[in-house]
Amino acid sequence: MAEFHLKTPLSEADVRALHVGDAVLLDGVVFGVRDGNLIRVFDQKVAPPCDWRGAALLHTAPNVRKLGPGKYEPVSVGTTTSMRMDRFTEGLVRDYGVRAILGKGGLSPASAALMQSYGAVYLSVTGGAAAMETLQIEEIEKVYWEDLMPECIWQIRFKALGPMTVGIDAHGGNLQHEIQQQAQQKVAELLRRMGIA
Amino acid sequence: MEVPESIYPLIENACRDLYIKSLKEIPPDVVEAIRRAAATETLEVAKRIFSHYLQSIDLGREQKMIVCQDTGIPIYWVKIGGNLRLDGAKLDDAIVRGTERATREHPLRSSIVSPLRRENRQTNCGERIPIIHYEFQRDSDVLDILFMPKGSGSENMSFMKMLVPADGVNGIKRFVLEMVVGAGPKPCPPTIVGIGIGGSSDLCMTLAKKATTRPLGSRNSDSEMAALELELLDAINQTGIGPQGLGGNTTALAVHIESAWTHITCNPVAVNMQCWRAERRRARIHADGRVEEGF
Ligand code: SF4
Repeated sequence: MAEFHLKTPLSEADVRALHVGDAVLLDGVVFGVRDGNLIRVFDQKVAPPCDWRGAALLHTAPNVRKLGPGKYEPVSVGTTTSMRMDRFTEGLVRDYGVRAILGKGGLSPASAALMQSYGAVYLSVTGGAAAMETLQIEEIEKVYWEDLMPECIWQIRFKALGPMTVGIDAHGGNLQHEIQQQAQQKVAELLRRMGIA
Repeated sequence: MEVPESIYPLIENACRDLYIKSLKEIPPDVVEAIRRAAATETLEVAKRIFSHYLQSIDLGREQKMIVCQDTGIPIYWVKIGGNLRLDGAKLDDAIVRGTERATREHPLRSSIVSPLRRENRQTNCGERIPIIHYEFQRDSDVLDILFMPKGSGSENMSFMKMLVPADGVNGIKRFVLEMVVGAGPKPCPPTIVGIGIGGSSDLCMTLAKKATTRPLGSRNSDSEMAALELELLDAINQTGIGPQGLGGNTTALAVHIESAWTHITCNPVAVNMQCWRAERRRARIHADGRVEEGF
């Protein structure tokens, strides 16, 4: 298991070098996304107002304080469950060139297959550890689509975000899914042993 | 014992403080359990995740930061001392006002919306929210309020089933194990797995939730139930789901069961999970105005 310190935007070579279980620290701009803004991009077909080629997208749960027009500071910024946004993986990696999706809980085998073919990874942020994550923010640089507050697109600059764990690599590995499958087998075995087949 | 009018503003202040402080200070029994679990991990990934939990716990306590961003669904468990002569409606109002004030005065994110239109009053309150459970304590002069800001990641992992008597305790075991594994990483494991057994469908789920509020290390007073708690905990921790579902030895910090008698044709079971942060906070308010804080 290796440790990587990367900077956004990410290249295909950057993400192909990663394997499940590796630790990744990330510097630079990360875009905070979630249900509302991805629904606008993919269901309402509104192009995102920022360039996502090589981008890292974070499934974010922001808690912010408004300082002035378009200016916010973080109060408690954490990470939300990724599976709700699973169906957007295809468009993100194929059409917009996103290289990393950051979130908690993992994504489906279908997303892992897409990441393998287009060259992208899923980085697992530690859920519930928002205090730590918030201190890794240097600045909330820009906010797009403020009408969706708090589901706007957040352009956040991080210093050493992480260390995150590579949950899905660009080689077909999907750690959280594999662990869950093993657990399912284990439960079947446990139930048999308990005499409950 | 007639309580003075001045008790209601006191309750309001106490509820405001409970909400804010509960988001910043993780209960000591939970911190201790997370520390112990961290020490048993050998996998690099699991150790990494636990170190993040512990860092966030420290930031909450030392720098008064909110540990997890989710301000949750506000839930109160109120135990009214039998000797207290209280105005229940005023008590109710004070709890709601305390919740609103915490949200406005800190300020906290308002996580509560109407179910269809998703309208948000920005107060963390709404129709039937906060959720307030009332119970009574015989021969007591104390108003005991336990608060939990229940996080949605774990609350979404709630399951109940009306098993039949022929399914027996084995049906209960199977249901619990399958639900916990199905939840996988979503409730931010290691969790406290709350289980309700018996009652009606609604009581069963309430018992599962109540079970998650019990301090870690506590056992069900019935020896058969206590043995079931340990058996299920051991099984859950053999699944290897681990912190954040990335693999490890600790998937649950505890299994707690609360039960009620049920109908001859019923065998209800419910599962309600509490995430690793397991936030809860207690205020014990005396008729003379003294307030003791705890967990
Ligand atoms: S599941 Fe719990 S700990 Fe995890 S992000 Fe949600 S509220 Fe926080």
